[in-house]
Amino acid sequence: MGSLLALVGSPSAAELLAWSPPGWGATLVAGLWNSILIALGAYALGLAIGIGGAFGKVYGGPVLRDLLEAYTTLVRAVPELVLILILYFALTDAVNKIIALWDYGPIQLSGVAAGIGVLGVVQGAYSTEVIRGAILSVPHGQIEAARAMGIPPVLLARRITLPLMLAAAIPGLANLWLIVTKDTALLAVVGFVELTKATSLAAATTKAFFTFYAAAGVLYLILSLGSTVIFHRIERWARRGQRPLSGGGR
Amino acid sequence: MKTLVMIAAAALSIGSAVMADPVKVGIAAEPYPPFASPDASGNWVGWEVDIINAVCKAAEMDCVVTPVAWEGIIPSLNGGQIDAIMASMSITEERMKVIDFSDKYYNTPTVVVAAKGSGITPTPEGLAGKTIGVQVSTIHEAYAKAHFPDAVLKTYQTTDEGFQDLAAGRIDASQADSIAIDAFMASDAGKACCEIAGAVADDPAILGAGVGVGLRKGDTELKEKFNAGIKKILEDGTYDAISKNYFASSIYGG
Amino acid sequence: MIAFLRPVHRQIMLAVALAAVAASAFLLDWGWLPRYLPLIAQGVWTTLWLTVVTMSLGMVLAIGLGFAQAAGPMWLAWPARVYCTIIRGTPLLLQLWLLYFGLGAFFPQFPELRQSFLWPILREAWPYAVLALTLSAAGYEGEVMRGAFRGVPHGQIEAARAMGMPRFTLFRRIWLPQALHRALPTIAGETVLQMKSTPLVATITVLDIYSVARRVTQDTFIVYEPLVLLAIVYIIIAGLIVLFFRKLEARLPARMA
Repeated sequence: MGSLLALVGSPSAAELLAWSPPGWGATLVAGLWNSILIALGAYALGLAIGIGGAFGKVYGGPVLRDLLEAYTTLVRAVPELVLILILYFALTDAVNKIIALWDYGPIQLSGVAAGIGVLGVVQGAYSTEVIRGAILSVPHGQIEAARAMGIPPVLLARRITLPLMLAAAIPGLANLWLIVTKDTALLAVVGFVELTKATSLAAATTKAFFTFYAAAGVLYLILSLGSTVIFHRIERWARRGQRPLSGGGR
Repeated sequence: MKTLVMIAAAALSIGSAVMADPVKVGIAAEPYPPFASPDASGNWVGWEVDIINAVCKAAEMDCVVTPVAWEGIIPSLNGGQIDAIMASMSITEERMKVIDFSDKYYNTPTVVVAAKGSGITPTPEGLAGKTIGVQVSTIHEAYAKAHFPDAVLKTYQTTDEGFQDLAAGRIDASQADSIAIDAFMASDAGKACCEIAGAVADDPAILGAGVGVGLRKGDTELKEKFNAGIKKILEDGTYDAISKNYFASSIYGG
Repeated sequence: MIAFLRPVHRQIMLAVALAAVAASAFLLDWGWLPRYLPLIAQGVWTTLWLTVVTMSLGMVLAIGLGFAQAAGPMWLAWPARVYCTIIRGTPLLLQLWLLYFGLGAFFPQFPELRQSFLWPILREAWPYAVLALTLSAAGYEGEVMRGAFRGVPHGQIEAARAMGMPRFTLFRRIWLPQALHRALPTIAGETVLQMKSTPLVATITVLDIYSVARRVTQDTFIVYEPLVLLAIVYIIIAGLIVLFFRKLEARLPARMA
């Protein structure tokens, strides 16, 4: 392993990546942990917004539908980096102004909260589209049959719409998870120490650029490959009892 | 509704310090040796970090060192994410339009470093047609724009990245603080590639009157605390003791 | 357009939006705009050509990568698959920094490079931006093209083979055009995503519109207005891209086999 690392330009790469100081391994993994935490928070927030937005788009009135359309279009047209900057500064201002209405002093929005908020709003726009597509893909015949049999709406949603919708939504949601884990890298530009920022700090301090960026790449790959495996399992579980995908899939 | 708002406010402060009590001192989230750079455990160490701790102790403040991206550090101060900036920020008129400064705590000359044997001098004629690298949003960027109009200017997120490109040969010269350049020249890459071309002609309006603590406009209470802290460590020898660990002579400057 | 605005609620929303635009034009601080106009024009141009050039080059590579995975032999398909997985599994920012700073760290060890004819290219920052963005586009679009090539009904391929059509003609006249036609809606979305990745090149000193907006903020300390302008520029560019692809799709037959 040491000689392999020596090929990437630094004979002491193994020492640089070691777990305890003077190795930076622990710092990198701590950055990875930060990335995962923010990704989880943003993903959950995005799902919450997405479910609300999707139901609003499918079952809501014309005004609600247009407003949601404007939200998703705007968020999908502006780069995440710009949104992160705008929301990073504007969110704290807005929150503090709202809090001031109830006479509370200004609060400091922590980096984690700001990151989750921003990425969650972005994820919400994409989730809305994915879940909306999934809801629309539920065969209407099944819903009609359930209604004809007198199944109450909540039971219908829980036993019929939700399971069928879940199976169709999972590939899209899996993709969104991969997107959010990579978008956490953008928070490096506002100085938040997640994996990419930790890597650039380590690389800049030790001058071993190739070593650290390659190591970070490996960590991200492990994260995305691991996530893909997990999502395949989840999709198999969600599809249990249904007919296999037409065309044979992959 | 009030309870809901309170719960939301508490939730939003996850990870941040208790409301308003500790003073969040912002440093640049990019390494700037020997003033502030991360060690292998991710803790920030350096002359400036030691000074921050000393000043806060002398002024009896509870300070939290908060790394913030350099290019967003002034908006972060005005937006309330941090309460003070101690990131080697020079006191200049441009900056005084938007923020306040404490008394200075060091002052060092501005120097140009260039590739070995290039014969570059830190003058407009010497740099005409050459590519010079500076850090964004610094007095060096402002100075280079004003005084070296015939040079090609490249701006980097950090001074270090500029030095990297200088060592790689992508740029011909780099302008930065003399201490930062000394640190670069002490490294292997610096010794191999480059030499110091000299100090630039002084321009107090752009280069400023030394490095001070950046504070929000009108924040006189904090300003007085920091001034008192700086005065105390200068008088009781803490400043000199800390500087001895890093530099041969005092960098307080004239 | 008229039909779009027929419902009353849409007319009200449009009026509100226009009022917001007018309000922001008067209330916000736009004094810096005339001074920076040339720089802004340069930045917009850089963003545009980066998007178009890297997307085009990326598509060329993607066709190769996608076809290798869909129909190629194992020794071509497998490396293509690995490549796409690595590109899609790591953030673009990391790839960009790896190329620019990682390669840059090697340069001092080879001083002869500075005399070579490659040096003017290796010195600048934009070639690394183009390279990173192109490789990224190739990785993502390669996956799209793989699905598109697979999606062309196999009956057509078999019929062409049965009729003795040479392999390259088959690819050129039947497989590729149909695959591109299938992929077109996705490619439109991917082009918008490519445009949204261009701001990252500002971190390696390339002067695109995002870089210009940040410079305005650093010079004048005005925070929001340049970001608002930035958002507007990107929305307009995204709209143009969508419009372009919609026109393209209109010229192609709607029904696919």
